[in-house]
Amino acid sequence: MPRLTGDARHRVRFTLNGAAVEGEAEPRMLLSDFLRHVLGMTGTHVGCEHGVCGACTIEIDGVPARACLKLAVQVEGARLRTVEGLAPAPDRLSVLQAAFRRHHALQCGFCTPGILMSLDSLLRERRDADEAAIREHLSGHLCRCTGYAPIIAAALDAAATLRGAS
Amino acid sequence: MKPARFDYVRAETLAEAHAVLAESGGEARVLAGGQSLMPMLSMRLARPNILVDIMRIPGLAEIAVEGGVLRVGARITQAQLLAWPDLSTRLPLLAAALPWVGHAQTRSSGTVCGSVAHADPSAEIPLALLALGGEVELSSRKTRRRVAAQDFFVGTMSTARRDDELIEAVRFPLKTPGDGFAFREVGRRHGDFAIVSVAVLVRGDTVRVAIGGVADRPQARDFRTLDGAALADALDQFAWSLEARDDLHATARYRRDLVRSFGRDVIEEARRCRG
Repeated sequence: MPRLTGDARHRVRFTLNGAAVEGEAEPRMLLSDFLRHVLGMTGTHVGCEHGVCGACTIEIDGVPARACLKLAVQVEGARLRTVEGLAPAPDRLSVLQAAFRRHHALQCGFCTPGILMSLDSLLRERRDADEAAIREHLSGHLCRCTGYAPIIAAALDAAATLRGAS
Repeated sequence: MKPARFDYVRAETLAEAHAVLAESGGEARVLAGGQSLMPMLSMRLARPNILVDIMRIPGLAEIAVEGGVLRVGARITQAQLLAWPDLSTRLPLLAAALPWVGHAQTRSSGTVCGSVAHADPSAEIPLALLALGGEVELSSRKTRRRVAAQDFFVGTMSTARRDDELIEAVRFPLKTPGDGFAFREVGRRHGDFAIVSVAVLVRGDTVRVAIGGVADRPQARDFRTLDGAALADALDQFAWSLEARDDLHATARYRRDLVRSFGRDVIEEARRCRG
């Protein structure tokens, strides 16, 4: 049974956006900090650090989760996806990202990575997601710029595009 | 907003988790989904010396019907229980209450048993467990016992669990023919802590009303079927007995008012839903 002592750093390994990564963390290190400070993946933003604002939402083993409510050591061996993994190529946006751009669904962009990760997961699970489902999903995120209307419009547009493509 | 230091144990068997709890004399906390514990650690409202991660222990990730009961293992998340195909027909109260637990992004990690262990007075799962007359399965290195929900919740974030015990599963009694259920909650925003939540079970000529968010733990009362003024009186007495207090979110008077008006409406709804 692995026991990781609190006063030392321990190796943590997992898969991030399809690539194997590793780094060292004390047991108390939050996953959000591990992603940003140890791995340098700063696409995941950190807002409230107690699970309310949604900015740090990523995908762990296929489901959305708050990176600030996980310890780095908890995700040993897991498959993680962050906002850096959304675009299919460096010069191409995903369907959802492109819809966000068209609809001006972001202003300052602080909440955007978390919202993209949540909506990406919702639209993958439920291509038929309607406005009510999107609104319910968005209730797990705070945006202080847009008033949410353009975000909902972008999500509905992306859902329609994805339905058309499948 | 960073947790203080602790050792982290990734338990691979139940025996290992029991051993850590037995040896740590109350200094250990069980980590499952972490959706309540992690904020408490980050805000340093909890400062355990050891965290025991139970999410890799085989055998705790089962949802099973046992007789008239649904047994939900310690690793089952709120999202997994919501996805149980028979939920709306066999546990309609949970089907109504679970969408109010946090958000989709926290229900994906947060466990059913973890919410019961945390025992927040405004939490929906403890309220539903109490309303249904469910039980909590506790085990330690040496003991194994079941505690009725009514005896398990002792006070604000305080339960009958002993320091060396962990929750292995919770048991929700399934719907029996003729039962009626309803649930409603008032909060500032969806996903916020409940100001008042009401769960009702109508069975035979008994109406059980359970209230969350008001007293230091969920509270239930059984009423023989009452109507009109008699029902209003009974709810009024129940509302006063909860000793509501003023806080940032609502006044005591508003909470009592909600218990009375919501109580009546939710009872009506549960009666309409009988079948």
